[in-house]
Amino acid sequence: MSNIGSYEERSKKFDWSLAENELEYSAGDIINIGWYCSDRICQKGKGEKIALQYEDFCGVEKKFTFNDVRLAGNTIGTFLNNLGLRDGDRICLFMDRIPELYFSFLGILKIGAIVQPLFSAFGDESLFIRLEDAQTRAIVTQRKYLYKIRKISNKLPFLEFVIIVDHIEKKNLESKEFALSLEETSSVNDMKVFPTRADSPSVLHYTSGTTGQPKGVKHVHYSLISQYITAKWVLDLQEDDIYWCTADPGWVTGTSYGIIGPWSLGITQCILDAGFSAQAWYKFIEKYRITVWYTAPTAIRSLMKAGEEITKSIDFSSLRHLASVGEPLNPEAVIWSERIFGKPFHDTYWQTETGSIMISNFPGMKVKPGSMGKPFPGITAVVLDSKTFEPIHEPGKIGLIAFKPDWPSMMQTYWNNQEKYQEKFINGWYLSGDKAYIEENGYYWFVGRDDDVINTGGHLISPFEVESALLEHPAVGESAVVSKPDEVNMEVVKAFITLKPGIIPSSDLALEIMNFVRKKLSSLAMPQEIEFMDNLPRTRSGKLMRRLLHAKVWGEEIGDISTLEDD
Amino acid sequence: MQKYGVKKLAIFPPLKMIELNDLSHLHNYKYQIMEKLNLEEMKELVLRYVIKEYMESEDTEITYDTPLISSGYVDSFAMVSLYVFLENKFKIRIPSSKATPEAFDSVDKIVALVNQYIE
Repeated sequence: MSNIGSYEERSKKFDWSLAENELEYSAGDIINIGWYCSDRICQKGKGEKIALQYEDFCGVEKKFTFNDVRLAGNTIGTFLNNLGLRDGDRICLFMDRIPELYFSFLGILKIGAIVQPLFSAFGDESLFIRLEDAQTRAIVTQRKYLYKIRKISNKLPFLEFVIIVDHIEKKNLESKEFALSLEETSSVNDMKVFPTRADSPSVLHYTSGTTGQPKGVKHVHYSLISQYITAKWVLDLQEDDIYWCTADPGWVTGTSYGIIGPWSLGITQCILDAGFSAQAWYKFIEKYRITVWYTAPTAIRSLMKAGEEITKSIDFSSLRHLASVGEPLNPEAVIWSERIFGKPFHDTYWQTETGSIMISNFPGMKVKPGSMGKPFPGITAVVLDSKTFEPIHEPGKIGLIAFKPDWPSMMQTYWNNQEKYQEKFINGWYLSGDKAYIEENGYYWFVGRDDDVINTGGHLISPFEVESALLEHPAVGESAVVSKPDEVNMEVVKAFITLKPGIIPSSDLALEIMNFVRKKLSSLAMPQEIEFMDNLPRTRSGKLMRRLLHAKVWGEEIGDISTLEDD
Repeated sequence: MQKYGVKKLAIFPPLKMIELNDLSHLHNYKYQIMEKLNLEEMKELVLRYVIKEYMESEDTEITYDTPLISSGYVDSFAMVSLYVFLENKFKIRIPSSKATPEAFDSVDKIVALVNQYIE
């Protein structure tokens, strides 16, 4: 029997107070995500239950109970306080998926500071932009990433502390650097958790848009209410489940459903700190008897591509519920999973800005392969006419996906960018930036983005950011970046480039430029294809006509080119 | 089966292997087919490229059988640039269906894959 039971019944009488009551929270109370994810679980008598089962690519295993997690969070929080870090300070996490990342996440929240998780594969420029914008005061990292931080540290006057969790004595610490070893530090049993309230800032996640720099999405501690109940009803997490969320905590899925959702429910979760390998992933599921698996369509398509032969020797009988996130799940993947695992992946739709699942396929509800599903109970979702911004009532008509504001995990602002935040709301609706249509039976069907943002492997990449990085290469004259269809990742980055006079295009130059962007920004942002051109299409007023390049790549109609600059 | 690498022309003394420090200026040079590289030389070429491009430090110690993809040293997106490097360097075309994370998971495996497509 699923936690949600009947979707229809739940939708009729839902109120967020249901989640508040389960969490024993009332308006005005202290609410601290770090406390709810560790201390409260221990107080409920589950201190000795396994919270985290960790394994790295070498097969090293580590196991931590909820009490271990509580103590580690306290120890790190106390260490940070002793350095002088306080509530409201931004503290970045820049690590692989090691246990210290998860402990630090809770420890930072417990002292009332704002945790800023960043993907460890970001290059120094991507890191700099995000740390500068947030005026981050501290960064918790591993020694393997110090070289990136040291490149930019002197340009960040607000950055006072670089905390290294795996420092080796023989390597000297530089200015601002501090070593923290949980194994060598006395654990702190009693720590006064900072009394955060519903509107106290908690997590700052960065996300990309079409234009401008990445935006810091500010969430608050009250987001727990949404994350708790959606983890319970959509992911169907139950007491004896062994849960695996494959998302990195540098992204919102990895925090909302890789830490907060499962641990506020007191669920055991497994973490595999390794690169992708179909065989390794399947063996991980079998070894730990994973029951609930939350992963990305890109990963699912990679597994499909790896073939079915390797699945034949794996026991998947533990799997009870499968869900996916990040981009639309193609119907073939749903049908494939029914064949291989005996059950379908349930697509879920939400964003960094929404903080939790908004539209989903639910346990017990018929999965329509390719459909986003239906709105979570308590979420009012519509598709809006793109000209009038009024709800469309006609089934099958495409419009902009929008939500009635003020669900518990709705972002509170974009950091330092209230103007951009206000642009997300129109006519009383929150605009997602995506397009869909609704069938007569209430199922939503994703159509595409309403802007030029590239969704690659479930991660949003800003063409502007990539174009800016390209322009920093000495050979590049002009650049334009669009998405290109990809069998596994849905979309990848493609760049059109003109070169400076005297520079000869070549496949080696293209490779050099690819690596240049990869190291500056990230491997996600790296153009997977570069096409050299004599000129880029521009209007007579000089504006880049990215849509022409997009149409060329996707084989679409070009449309009106009457404003195109003459050659 | 002959094996090929590339070298710079004329401006510099003929080299059997690429001077990897000069990779950033390769677009200004022309290439010619050079004499055969043996298996060890191919592995060394690939290893030095992987260290230079994907490791945080050129002192990082990896070997021909160090897992590259499954360890997370090279993720599936970055793997594309390694794929392009191999095609450029060895003048081959590797079918995308063969360019899997498993086939790219170590220098040994990469060179074994490359050898399948060298004429």
